[in-house]
Amino acid sequence: MTITLSHFSAATVFALFASIVFGITHRETTRDMIRYGAYCFVMFLGGVFVAGWVMWLLRR
Amino acid sequence: MANSTTEKNAEQAISTMSVLAPAVGWLIPGAGHMIQKRWIRGVLLFVSIVTMFLLGLAMQGRIYKANGGDILDMLGFVGDVGSGALYILTLMNDWGQGAIAFATADYGTKFIIVAGLLNFISIADAYHIAIGKKQ
Repeated sequence: MTITLSHFSAATVFALFASIVFGITHRETTRDMIRYGAYCFVMFLGGVFVAGWVMWLLRR
Repeated sequence: MANSTTEKNAEQAISTMSVLAPAVGWLIPGAGHMIQKRWIRGVLLFVSIVTMFLLGLAMQGRIYKANGGDILDMLGFVGDVGSGALYILTLMNDWGQGAIAFATADYGTKFIIVAGLLNFISIADAYHIAIGKKQ
């Protein structure tokens, strides 16, 4: 079976799973785990958008 | 006397678990948490790491072997080997050996490496729970 993800969907899937693991392993309480996981996910995706715009600017 | 025996038993249990949890957690992602009755955390770690690894394989990612020769291949191997049984199973079945033919296949290789690295973090967490450093 072969899956071909786009760049964005690959980055989103990566961000989702990495954030879950980061949230669980880096915080003590359930509430903090969820908050930190969500924070990591937003930062990952935010990084994707920033990197995308930087590359767009460099290309022009 | 009874107190001293109880404490000794508790210490022995901690010591056994501090070896068992990381070992089991390496072999099966999330299992180090599950054997310590952290069921939800264990299942979430298992699903995240295994899905990431399988997606990497499905994206035609490459699996590194121990005798890669190149330093980057060795680092790739260190990442891959973190997935434990998944890595062993993949090697046994000779999966992930195809030539990288398109851009997202390289993402697949990274997914596999990162799945192993995330499992290393999960193993460290299981160890911290076992020694009582974390709840």
